[in-house]
Amino acid sequence: MKTLRDVRIGETARVVKVHGQGRIRRRVMDMGITKNVEIFVRKVAPLGDPIEVNLRGYELSLRKIDAEIIEVN
Amino acid sequence: MSVTIAVAGNPNSGKTTLFNALTGSNQYVGNWPGVTVEKKEGILIGHPDVVLVDLPGIYSLSTNSLEEEIARDYLLESNSDAIINIVDGTSLERNLYLTTQLAELGIPMVLAINMMDEVEKSGTKIDSTALGEAFGVPVVKISALKETQIDELAGAAMEAAQKKGHLLSVHRFSSGVEHALGHIEEVALHEQPEHKQRWYAVKLFERNELVEAELGLSAELKAHIEQDIRQCELEYDDDSDSIIASERYDFIEEVLERVSVRKKAGDLSPSDRIDRLVTNRWLALPIFALVMFVVYYVSVNTVGTTMTRWTNDKLFAQIILPAVSGKLVDWGVANWLQGLLVDGILAGVGSVLSFLPQMVVLFLFLGLLEFSGYMSRVTFILDRMFRKFGLSGKSFIPMLIGSGCTVPAIMATRTIENEHARRLTVITTSFIPCGAKLPVISMIAGAFFGGKGWLAFGAYFLGIAAVVISGLILKKTALFQGEPSPFVMELPAYRWPSLKCILSTTWDRVSSFVQKAATVILLATIVIWFLTFFGWVDGRLQMLEAGQINHSILAAIGTSIAWIFKPLGWGEWRPVMAALSGLVAKETVVSSLGIFYGFSEVAVGGQEMWMSLRAAFSPLSATSFLIFVLLSAPCIAAISSIRSEMNSAMWTSFAVGYMTTVGYVAALMVYQLGMWLLEGVFTLWTGITLAVTGVVLWLIFRPSPPASGRLKRAKAGARG
Repeated sequence: MKTLRDVRIGETARVVKVHGQGRIRRRVMDMGITKNVEIFVRKVAPLGDPIEVNLRGYELSLRKIDAEIIEVN
Repeated sequence: MSVTIAVAGNPNSGKTTLFNALTGSNQYVGNWPGVTVEKKEGILIGHPDVVLVDLPGIYSLSTNSLEEEIARDYLLESNSDAIINIVDGTSLERNLYLTTQLAELGIPMVLAINMMDEVEKSGTKIDSTALGEAFGVPVVKISALKETQIDELAGAAMEAAQKKGHLLSVHRFSSGVEHALGHIEEVALHEQPEHKQRWYAVKLFERNELVEAELGLSAELKAHIEQDIRQCELEYDDDSDSIIASERYDFIEEVLERVSVRKKAGDLSPSDRIDRLVTNRWLALPIFALVMFVVYYVSVNTVGTTMTRWTNDKLFAQIILPAVSGKLVDWGVANWLQGLLVDGILAGVGSVLSFLPQMVVLFLFLGLLEFSGYMSRVTFILDRMFRKFGLSGKSFIPMLIGSGCTVPAIMATRTIENEHARRLTVITTSFIPCGAKLPVISMIAGAFFGGKGWLAFGAYFLGIAAVVISGLILKKTALFQGEPSPFVMELPAYRWPSLKCILSTTWDRVSSFVQKAATVILLATIVIWFLTFFGWVDGRLQMLEAGQINHSILAAIGTSIAWIFKPLGWGEWRPVMAALSGLVAKETVVSSLGIFYGFSEVAVGGQEMWMSLRAAFSPLSATSFLIFVLLSAPCIAAISSIRSEMNSAMWTSFAVGYMTTVGYVAALMVYQLGMWLLEGVFTLWTGITLAVTGVVLWLIFRPSPPASGRLKRAKAGARG
């Protein structure tokens, strides 16, 4: 399964499904990461984590471990 | 007839600016019951019968965070007559997600599209009439910063509120979902009021256990609904909660396509360009260091220190104190009352208030960093380093401020969203040696170690070590376990912050500090003054003459508890009470020692009494004394800040108890292990210390218990 974590910087991916459970899953969806949305991976923080992505016209940062619950193609 | 209007919106949508514009200075700041989230209420300008409630900034009405829980409970349980939903016009897609949820609550609503000046500048057009029709609510385009259309918004909100009616949501999802929702309403909700049905239906569709319980559905009915949900999930090939989230966003996309014409995204916006530089992989940390240096240098080192020194040495010592003493003598006020007013109250409150200028400068900077959007980047840059210790990237800022004064540092933790990280920061910040601890360090360094250079460095190192070790220990305890908060954070566009906003936040913070100084600190100062200057002489309780300090109540207390500090190498009332007098202000430790050893006045570093100190302490016991003073409970001003930031007596006692334990254990380890390794003295206490050391190491290195955390996470998921 390819996840958001595997998307390279500067690339765009389309969300297939949000896995995981509980608050993290809920929060990720509330922030607009839902089926079919396009996510552009902008950069990674200086210490290697978290990452910054752009979606729905705004910038979002999330940890790599949380990016793993987001399946993309 | 009085009405209540709730103001709701995403973080960074300009909600605070709007609230300030609507209420002016007519605000009441407090806390939501039982939690540390700030609650603001205000009166609408020109309408004394209209109360506005500023809800915490939230992205959704699910219970992801404390803020969302508070906002949701408030809207569901209180009877607000209307909602003003403020949305950021430059980021409508995500902002309107909350709108779709708010519109289902049944409460009349007005939609305020903020930052219209920026929207228009970017060439985007929004058809507010069509947008209003899509949600069934009136829409007002505003700029909270420039205060345009604010009166129109207030008018629309009052009109909505005064009808005392209900909002029936008009936005609809795709047919498959609507079919299921319609069926749920029909079988389970037909007895509920019409305006509430939609909200309940969606929650039942999401399998929300709280709502299921609230409605008291029979098992049979639940099974029936479950069938509908399953069928829909099959059709959409997704889980029900995920279907609802997608449907909301799909609806918004569809509406925005109709109502807004966006200029093609081409060039990078100025905000993007700033961000490219500021969070650049190589430049981010140097830029961060530079920003912090400027903040620290200006507030703590230059403006702050100059002003603080001026307030302390000039305003208080040379102007106010002599003037007051003079007046008191003129009026023939009783000696003890003069002492209380001058040595007790003025000196005590004065030393605390002298930090005020420094605090104002710090809070101005902090406001600038917060409102400009840089603070979120700080978390982004430092998250990886700090989360290992259970802290947040934003914990760095309180720690830095803490090297000046702990009080503003603790108040600065307010910017940390994660409750666990925030509490941990509050508890550990005072380990960083504040300005008032420096005189103690230089006294010990001067008397025992021939200078202060490396000892001062050692004190900062000790502070940082205490923070790191506390983080490692505490994050594994039950108090800080439970569900890890998701770190999914918006990085808002950089904006030139409104001066009004910065000033009003600074005012809130500073005035709450002054209130504290005027109450808790005043009281504590009086008590300590009494204990120091009163005592039993010849069986009579009386005010003491100079040199009678041995008879003070303080000395009596000191003697009775001195045994506790024997294992630390300084079990005698003088050092014990000097350490405790640090509760008033840490620099008091030096002057107390001076008084106790019979010097009427001592310099900042206590040079006069070095000989007396050398007689009373060994270098090892002096080190142990210093460690205890540095790490144990902070001054009363800091403790009362902890109290107000934690908003809980239990947490405050835990924090103070924990710090004191850390101070005691660290001093014990240094003294006892030092005696054993350097002097070869092995006693029962050496054995106890070795055992304690073992326990501390185990606490640091034991694996964290993950099971309970996961369990809670699954449960919370079911609630959302």
